[in-house]
Amino acid sequence: MTAPTPKISIRGLYKAFGPKKVLNGIDLDIAPGESLIVIGGSGTGKSVMIKCVLGLIEPDAGSIKVDGEEVVGMPAHKRERIMRKFGMLFQGAALFDSLRVWENVAFGLIEGRGVERRQAKDIALRKLAAVGLGSEVGELWPAELSGGMQKRVALARAIATEPEIIFFDEPTTGLDPIMGDVINNLIKKCVGELGATTLSITHDMVSARRIADRIAMIFEGRIIWSGPVSSIDSSGSPYVEQFIHGLAEGPIQMPVHPL
Amino acid sequence: MTAILQPIGRAFLGGLEAAGKLALFSISAVVNCVRPPFYPRLILRQMIDIGYYSLPVVGLVAVFTGMVLALQSYTGFARFSAESAIPNVVVISITRELGPVLTALMVAGRIGSAMAAEVGTMRVTEQIDALTTLSTNPMKYLVAPRLIAGLTMLPLLVLVADVIGVFGGYIVSVYKLDFNAESYIRNTWDFMEPLDVVSGLVKAGVFGFLVALLGCYHGYHSRGGAQGVGAATTNAVSIAFILIFICNYAITEMFFSR
Repeated sequence: MTAPTPKISIRGLYKAFGPKKVLNGIDLDIAPGESLIVIGGSGTGKSVMIKCVLGLIEPDAGSIKVDGEEVVGMPAHKRERIMRKFGMLFQGAALFDSLRVWENVAFGLIEGRGVERRQAKDIALRKLAAVGLGSEVGELWPAELSGGMQKRVALARAIATEPEIIFFDEPTTGLDPIMGDVINNLIKKCVGELGATTLSITHDMVSARRIADRIAMIFEGRIIWSGPVSSIDSSGSPYVEQFIHGLAEGPIQMPVHPL
Repeated sequence: MTAILQPIGRAFLGGLEAAGKLALFSISAVVNCVRPPFYPRLILRQMIDIGYYSLPVVGLVAVFTGMVLALQSYTGFARFSAESAIPNVVVISITRELGPVLTALMVAGRIGSAMAAEVGTMRVTEQIDALTTLSTNPMKYLVAPRLIAGLTMLPLLVLVADVIGVFGGYIVSVYKLDFNAESYIRNTWDFMEPLDVVSGLVKAGVFGFLVALLGCYHGYHSRGGAQGVGAATTNAVSIAFILIFICNYAITEMFFSR
């Protein structure tokens, strides 16, 4: 019996910005319905990897396949079809300031799918309710919301079109632990209901343990370890050990100079 | 010698690269203006922002420009007993040059900077990336409506500025310099040629396109947070100012050179 085609398959992905090599040969597969978390320190290339998959950054070399279809170098009009499969929760929420909350949530339905405004508003309000926000919040502007509420609205926007693949970029960064846990629970609940494949990047280990099926660690632009979430504490990798315990001492060295 | 030539060469190549990037952005922007989907709501909103909300500042600048023009012309022309030429000077100066150029400068300051700041903030807060992930082309959604609005609203604003500017000259001439109101209007009307107005409107269309294009271009490519957005805003306005004057000469040459 052959293994199912990975939902996303990344092979030999390279990206440099000037002399700085950010991605140095990433190889990664994500199975359909799987929740994969990529952990790693700041500046190790996590966000760049996701942006390469989304086509926001063009990689220097390598292959990215979505449902077996190569997307690197794909023309823009074809990519629009692929983009319909994706939802994304940005680190800073990235809500549109000029639109009300419900319009933010309904944006992908109205502009991307051509759903009529009234119908899109009903769906948006249902999605807001699913993330614990009342219909009165729908009429507010993004600037009137707290950080936690903005993240919840961004989550509602990411799931509004019921995408097959959802990316979460640091979903709990900047939130207090309780709100972080609320977001983790919502992600688990919403993704579970949709049956979506998810790729999340974080350095919050609580969040990683809560929402992942599998964890991969990125270091210096390469995946250096991956395995089921249950095996993270016995990974045998000194890099993973240092990262999950948050130790300054270990193979990952920060260039710190004396005062 | 190398030490002198190297920075010059680097600056020259940098300039060429920037011009190439701007040219590619312009082509992509124009293509996206004529290809569906279109966003009439957004186009209308930009038209109101550029056209309607610029009216007070454009009107004030135009009326005082017309008034000063009449006053200055009088003090100069009185030396040669050529005061009767004032209506002609006012109308030709306003319609051909001052109306389009001053309106474009006002709009560049007011709208070009706002566009660069708004689009730039959207860039650094990942809102433009979010548009892409929501199956929406940012060039169509953000840039095309602004270009269409700039291209269409500037000529309308200039038309208004022409009328108000000429009216400013009329006020000073009739109420301060004791010109006959009827003969002032008749002189203005008789002397003015369609080409004077048309050339001004063509300039306005080009200036409107440039102001919107540069505002969007610099905002779209801004990097690095608040400082990057600030730099984008400054560049959008200062380069728009320079290009307005360069294009003004080129279009004047095209219409009126013999």
